[in-house]
Amino acid sequence: MSESQTISAVEMRGITKRFPGVVANRDVDLTVTPGHIHALLGENGAGKSTLMNVLAGLYQAEEGFILLNGNRVRFNSPRDAIDHGIGMVHQHFMLVESLTVAENVILGQRPARFVIDHERVEEQVRELSKRYHLNVDPKAFIWQLSVGEQQRVEILKLLYRGADMLILDEPTAVLTPQESQELANILRQMTAEGKAIIFITHKLDEVMRFSDWVTVLRGGEVVATPKTSETTKSELARLMVGREVLFRLEKEPCQKGPDVLVVEGVRALNDKGLPALKGMSFSIRSGEILGVAGVAGNGQREIAEVITGLRPVTGGSIYVNDVEITNCTPRQAIETGVSHIPGDRLGVGLVPNLPVSDNLAMKAYRRPPLASGPLLNYEALRNFARNLVKGFNITTPSIQTDTRLLSGGNQQKVVLAREIDASSGMLVAVHPSRGLDVGATEAVRKTLLEQRDNGAAILLISEELDELMQLSDHIAVFYEGEIMGIVDDEEADTEELGLMMAGEKRISQTPSIEDDGRPR
Amino acid sequence: MNIVFEKRLSRSRRAAVLVPIISFILALLFGSLILLAFGVNPLEAYRVMAVGSLGSQYALTETLVKAIPLMLTGLSVSIAFRMLFWNIGAEGQLAMGGIAATYVALFLSDSLPGALTIPTMVLLGMLAGAIWGLIPALLKAFIGVNEILTTLMMNYIAILMVEYLYLGPWRDPDGYGFPGTAPFPPEAILPRLVGRVHLGIIFAIIAAFIVWFVLSRSRWGYEIRVIGENQRAARYTGINIGKNILLVMLLSGGLAGLAGMAEVSGIARRLYQGLTVGYGYTAIIVAWMANLNPWAVLFVGFFMAALLVGGDQIQIALQTPAAVALVLQGAILFFVLGGWIFVNYRIRLLRPSEPAAADELS
Repeated sequence: MSESQTISAVEMRGITKRFPGVVANRDVDLTVTPGHIHALLGENGAGKSTLMNVLAGLYQAEEGFILLNGNRVRFNSPRDAIDHGIGMVHQHFMLVESLTVAENVILGQRPARFVIDHERVEEQVRELSKRYHLNVDPKAFIWQLSVGEQQRVEILKLLYRGADMLILDEPTAVLTPQESQELANILRQMTAEGKAIIFITHKLDEVMRFSDWVTVLRGGEVVATPKTSETTKSELARLMVGREVLFRLEKEPCQKGPDVLVVEGVRALNDKGLPALKGMSFSIRSGEILGVAGVAGNGQREIAEVITGLRPVTGGSIYVNDVEITNCTPRQAIETGVSHIPGDRLGVGLVPNLPVSDNLAMKAYRRPPLASGPLLNYEALRNFARNLVKGFNITTPSIQTDTRLLSGGNQQKVVLAREIDASSGMLVAVHPSRGLDVGATEAVRKTLLEQRDNGAAILLISEELDELMQLSDHIAVFYEGEIMGIVDDEEADTEELGLMMAGEKRISQTPSIEDDGRPR
Repeated sequence: MNIVFEKRLSRSRRAAVLVPIISFILALLFGSLILLAFGVNPLEAYRVMAVGSLGSQYALTETLVKAIPLMLTGLSVSIAFRMLFWNIGAEGQLAMGGIAATYVALFLSDSLPGALTIPTMVLLGMLAGAIWGLIPALLKAFIGVNEILTTLMMNYIAILMVEYLYLGPWRDPDGYGFPGTAPFPPEAILPRLVGRVHLGIIFAIIAAFIVWFVLSRSRWGYEIRVIGENQRAARYTGINIGKNILLVMLLSGGLAGLAGMAEVSGIARRLYQGLTVGYGYTAIIVAWMANLNPWAVLFVGFFMAALLVGGDQIQIALQTPAAVALVLQGAILFFVLGGWIFVNYRIRLLRPSEPAAADELS
């Protein structure tokens, strides 16, 4: 396979990497040895991915150097890195969907030969997958594979190229708890064979369960590198955030009011024209948060879009406050009082190149005082924006600043401020804290709870079980466009939710869906 | 030492002023090499260009005459480009405006009160351009047909229709076989202000004001801005994108149609071959150089017109091949448009030991 020598140690020394306006890594030291899983822990924006991109040859550091077995090396490209036995699995997979597993594995291999000996490659891939328990069929096409399987292909690609050290960027973000456990076993197998693993994450549980060592990054600098067995979750959290973190938010008991949202037998197609929602029914009352759990791609996005008028339904009906909004336009949904915090903040929720003030006004601009006839009252718009900036503690140099220049947390606050201002009782929140640091996450979650306590009905779609259990009054588990069950906040446990998310368990619907009070 | 090409954190105002000037000077230097290759003294050539386009009242008015259609079509495409609707069809919309105006002048003016002839020509000219622009807009809004192809193809139809009309049914019976319609009656001719500069210049200024007002003061302008910057966000926030495409193309086509009306009524005073000489395409360059700003379109339109007129002058005065003038124009556009990137990006030399600018900011 590769002629690279076995790695005995990789050391990064004094690495500094800058981008215009930010120092992503400052004077970072990191030592990784074979046979261990080394977790790289930090909040979003702490510089984890950047540091690993330097190690994998994608970025070049301005200062510092890398020592491989004591010799200084310089990686000008990912190819250089892999030639030295270092490979990385990125958060977004780099696979060609229309090719098979084996074809993807040899893609870009040197020397490229004109005729590919498919059988030989497939045999090699099969051998590798057996050795490391990476179960995939080398002849399968990528598009046929689940996300977990695709991840295994990425790992196979690196092993095939002779990687002795694998870097995984947030590998569990797309996996069910069961798949995560499988991945942990695979990683264990690899370290037993003498590979070194670096594992980027911001989840404390995973650090504790998976890793031998952990390096905590904060603001681009290393704050500590303890042995995992000699530290605790709360110590790591404190190191990561720089202060004590509240793990539970105070939650008032749920004051249930009348049904606000009623979804009855809703069916819809996804972008590929395949059924994504297969007859879903649930309802949310005033003052209630219904959480939606599930692995990405099981209908979460579609249910949010159907309720907000962005996607047509092919069957069933939707009511908000007893008004039918089945197949309405986005504008009608807005006017019925449905607010929406979209999952794709920069792609859908905001216009990054327009100022904060324009972004805050995106729902209010149709009504007075912002609208005056066909004209827009820019004086009123600026006042409106200033009030929201103050009311929601948005940190921005000015309301004229382009929204793309704000931090992720403040961008999300812009969305929240606008949606809550425009809301009249129904809020659809999709991944509201995704990509935010702990401080901003806390602020977002508190805001959602406040809205609930003020009587809003909230549909909360999230990939973070933690978040769902913290905020929701009930949790609905989606699997392949169906609800596997709705569990009560107090009864929810990770194990059971995981089984339901994997489609292995279905429970009858709990009394949260009562027959009374439903509009006919 | 490394050379880094990186995005500026914010647009540099100083660069926005300096870059076009430096680009222009570089273009002139580059043009000098070409002129020298043809045995022409570059200084002499540039003097002829400047004097010929700006140096006398006659030169200035001729430049303005050419600027009018560039300004109107430049405004036309810039409002469409604002919401990322790629209207390449200003040329065809201009042609249709010319045809409609000609129809009024030749066949309706007898039955209209004299004072209403010009307003009717303006109205029908704009309407014809608007309808020509609406067809690709409908196709885009309802069945998602790529507007770049449809607007472009509609140009050929319109241009050939002009040709058909002045060579066929509308040809001047008293024209001794020359291609072209009969001259317009006096009430169908746009009044002139100075030299050949006609009322169209006022149309252009009013149009720039209207476009500016729509974009920066109205709710519609806000919607256009949101659509132009992020169409998915626009849909999410309840903006009807299809409706906006139709409305914007009505305005865009209408402005191009007005340019066509002004050309036939103010300059040629008949429909003839010289109507479609590529203003609608040059308008695309005008719009981009003006950064889609309506007031800047007026200035850039004038600048482009000066280039065209000046190019003609060196051809006449220095006997250079026609292509030399085109190469000069091309070089100037190339440098000015190409230089624009330095307004948003900068080049930085980086020594590994040198503390970078990022430190000061962080």
